[in-house]
Amino acid sequence: MNFKNFKLDFSNKNRDLIPQVLTVLFIILVVIYFATNAQNNMGNRGISFGFGFLSQESSFDIQFSLIDYDGSHSYARAFLVGLLNTILVSVIGIFFATILGVTVGISRLSQNYLISKAAEWYVEIFRNIPLILQIFFWYFAALRALPLSENSISFYDISYLNVKGWYVPKFIWTNFSVFFYSVIAAIISIIFVSKYAKKQRDEFGKQIPTLYISLAILFGLPFLTFLIGGVSLSFGIPELHQLSKTIYVYKGGVSIIPELISLALALSMYTATFIAENVRAGILGVSKGQKEAAASIGLTKGQILKLVVMPQALRIIIPPTTNQYLNLTKNSSLAAAIAYPDIVLVFAGTALMQTGRAIEIISITMFTYLALSLSISVFMNWYNKKMAIKEK
Amino acid sequence: MNISLIKPNKENLTSFVSVGILLIFIGFFDFLANTFFNWNFTGFLPDRLNYFTPIIFGVIGSYLIRIEFSGNKLLDKINNNFNSSNFNAALSLIVIFVLIKFIPALLNWFIFDADFAGNTKQDCTSDGACWVFVKVWMNRFVYGMYPDAEQWRINTAFFMLFAIVGASFFVPTKFKKYLLLFLLFVYPVIGLKLIAGGDFGLKYIETGAWGGLSLTFIVSAFALILCFPIGMFLALGRRSTLPAIRYSSIGFIELWRGVPLITVLFMSAVMFPMFLPDGTYVDKLIRVLIAITLFEAAYMAEVIRGGLQALPKGQYEAAKSLGMGYWRMHLLIVLPQALKLVIPGIANTFLALVKDTPLIFVVGLLELAGMVNLAKTNPEWLGMAMEGYVFAGLVFWVICYAMSRYSQNLEKKLSTER
Repeated sequence: MNFKNFKLDFSNKNRDLIPQVLTVLFIILVVIYFATNAQNNMGNRGISFGFGFLSQESSFDIQFSLIDYDGSHSYARAFLVGLLNTILVSVIGIFFATILGVTVGISRLSQNYLISKAAEWYVEIFRNIPLILQIFFWYFAALRALPLSENSISFYDISYLNVKGWYVPKFIWTNFSVFFYSVIAAIISIIFVSKYAKKQRDEFGKQIPTLYISLAILFGLPFLTFLIGGVSLSFGIPELHQLSKTIYVYKGGVSIIPELISLALALSMYTATFIAENVRAGILGVSKGQKEAAASIGLTKGQILKLVVMPQALRIIIPPTTNQYLNLTKNSSLAAAIAYPDIVLVFAGTALMQTGRAIEIISITMFTYLALSLSISVFMNWYNKKMAIKEK
Repeated sequence: MNISLIKPNKENLTSFVSVGILLIFIGFFDFLANTFFNWNFTGFLPDRLNYFTPIIFGVIGSYLIRIEFSGNKLLDKINNNFNSSNFNAALSLIVIFVLIKFIPALLNWFIFDADFAGNTKQDCTSDGACWVFVKVWMNRFVYGMYPDAEQWRINTAFFMLFAIVGASFFVPTKFKKYLLLFLLFVYPVIGLKLIAGGDFGLKYIETGAWGGLSLTFIVSAFALILCFPIGMFLALGRRSTLPAIRYSSIGFIELWRGVPLITVLFMSAVMFPMFLPDGTYVDKLIRVLIAITLFEAAYMAEVIRGGLQALPKGQYEAAKSLGMGYWRMHLLIVLPQALKLVIPGIANTFLALVKDTPLIFVVGLLELAGMVNLAKTNPEWLGMAMEGYVFAGLVFWVICYAMSRYSQNLEKKLSTER
C-alpha cells in the first residue's frame, strides 16, 4: 500500500464532517445498545414487544369517567378515558387560570395601591410554592375540612358541597342533537353576518350592529328549537338518600369528585400567576406614544383600549401564555399524586402494573404528551407568523 | 336640590370632607360591629341589603371626599391611590374589609391559639395550629430516614458548602476562580462521599434512607450543577451550522420539553432498567438525578439559546475578525455576554427545578413534601395535614422567594446598561 500520498485532509469540508459523523454514530450506538438490552431483558421475562395488549380486557375500574367504561372494556378504552380526563382537567384549569390571570395581571397595574399590592402578593405567594404541595394542600387539608354528606353546604338547594365532592344538577335533554345542530348553525350564520358587516363597513362605510345581531342569532335559534323542534330540558337535582344509619349519599345530579376540584383549583391558581405576569408585561410593553397618538386623533378611552392597546399587547401576551397553557396540560399529570384518574395514573400506573409492559406503555404516554405539545407549538408558530408586525 | 350641591367641590371642602369621613366611619363601624361583636345595627333593612351597607356607606363617603386638587396633601394622596373612582373606592373597601376579617383569624390559627409545647397529639388542646407535630417530626422533615447518629455528616457537608460560598465573598478575586472550580468539581465528590459513606470508616447509608429537606437540596444542587453545561452544549448545538448536530440537538430538546417530568421519572423508574444489561442495578437516586438533569438541561438550553440569539451579530463578527476560533469566540466573547442577558431565565429554570424536586416521590424517594405525606398518615398524628403542608409550603416559599430576589439583584449588579 502506498502511504506516501495519504494525508489527513483537514480542509473545511472534512472538519465539518467529522463531528457530525461522530454524533450520528454515537446516537446509533446508544440506540442499538439499549435496544439489544431491552430485547434480552424482555426475552428473559418471556414478554414480546407489541401493542396487541391494547385490545385485551382491562378488568380494572376507573372512579371517574366521561365515557362509558367498566372493567370489561379494553386497555385502549382505558387509555381513552385517561386522555379525556386529562383534557377535561386541562380545559377547566385553562379557563379559570385565564380569567384569574388576566384579572390579577390588570390589577397589578391598577392605580389603586391596595389592589396592586394584593395582586403582587398573590403572584409572589402562589408562584413560589411547588404546585404539588398546593395540590396536596387543597386535597388533603382544605377539602377534607368540608362537612359530611348530611350537613352539606347547600347552594339554593340545587347544588351541594361536601367532603365527597360537589353535587350539581344534571341536564336531562330530549332531542339533544337538534339543539346541538342549531347551535352550530347559529355560529356559522354569525360568521357570515360578521363577514357581511365587515364588507359593508369597508366598502360603503356603513356600521351594522354586529354584536346585537350575533347575540340575537346565538340565543334565538337554539330557543326556537325548544318551541318547534321538540327539544326540552329538565334538571336532575341531587337529593340526599339515607343508605344506613350513618351513611348518607346524594343521588341524581352530577358529582364532581374532590380530586378534580383540588386539581383544577391548584392548577388554575398556580398558572394564573404566570399568566398575570405575561399580561402585565404585555400591557406595559405597548409604548406610551401609541396611547398618546391614539388620544390625539380623537379616539375615546374604550376605543384606545380596544383598537390600539389590546391588539399590540395581545401580540406580546399570547405566545408565552400558550406556553403556560401547555405547561398546565403537562402539570395536570401531577394528578397521579392524588389519584385523579388521568392518563398517567390510569395508563402509566394501573395498566402498567397489570401488564408489565413498561416500554410500550411509557412510550405511548410520552408520545401522547409529545404530540399534544408539538401540535400546539406548530399552531403557535403559524399564529406568530400571522400576527407578527409586517414591516415594509 | 341643586346638582352642584351633590357634586363635591373645593369651596365647601370642609363640609364635604367631614360628612364623607363620617359616612366612611359609619361603614367601618357597621362592619366591625358585625364581624367582632355580632351586632348588626342595620339589620332592620331587607335581607341581603344590610349585608352590603358598610360598602354602600363607604362608597358614598368616598365619593364625597373625592375632590381634585383640594390643596390638602394627605387628601390628594388618598384620592389618588385608593379613591380615584367609585369602582376603585369599592375595591379598596372590599380589600380592607377582607383583610380585617381574615388576618386576625389567620394570626390566631398561626400563633395566638396555636400549641407549641408538648410531645404528643394530645398536647394540642386549643383550636389553632398544632406546631407540636412539626416540632416532633422536624428531624425527619430535615434528614428523612437518615440514622440519627450519622446526621452530623449531612450537617458537615452543608456547613462546608456554606463556608466555601461564604468564603468566596471575602477572598481576593484572584483566588475566586480556584474556589469556584473546587466548588464545582471537587466539593460534589467530597460531599456525596461524606453523606453516602462506605469508605474511610464511615458507615454506608443507602440512598433509600436519605430524605427530607436535605434531599431536596442534594437533588436540586446536583441537577443544577450538571444541567448547566449540558444545556450550554445543547444550545450551541441547536445554533450550529452542521445539520446532523443541529437536528439531533433540536430533537433532544423538543423531546424532553414536550413531556411532563412525572412521566420522565416514571420512565427512569420502570423503563430505564429494561435498557440496561440484565443484572445491572443503578441506584434509584442516580437514575432520578440523570432524569431530572436531562429534563432541566433541555429547558436550560432554550433559555441560553435566547441569550445567544439576542446578542448583536457584531460581537460574533468582531471576535472572528480578531482571528478567534469557534470555541475561543464562544467561551471568551459570546457566552459571558449571552449568559448575563438571560439571568432571569436561568433563575426561573433553577426555581422550577427546586419546585419540581417533590416529584421524586414517584420513585419512592421522600423529600420534604413526601415526608409530610408520610408523617400525616402516622396513626398517632392523623389530622395534621394542614400544619404539615403549611410548614412545607412556607419552607419552599422562603427558598424560592429568596432565590428570585437574589436573581433580581444579580441582574441589576451585572447590568452594564447605563
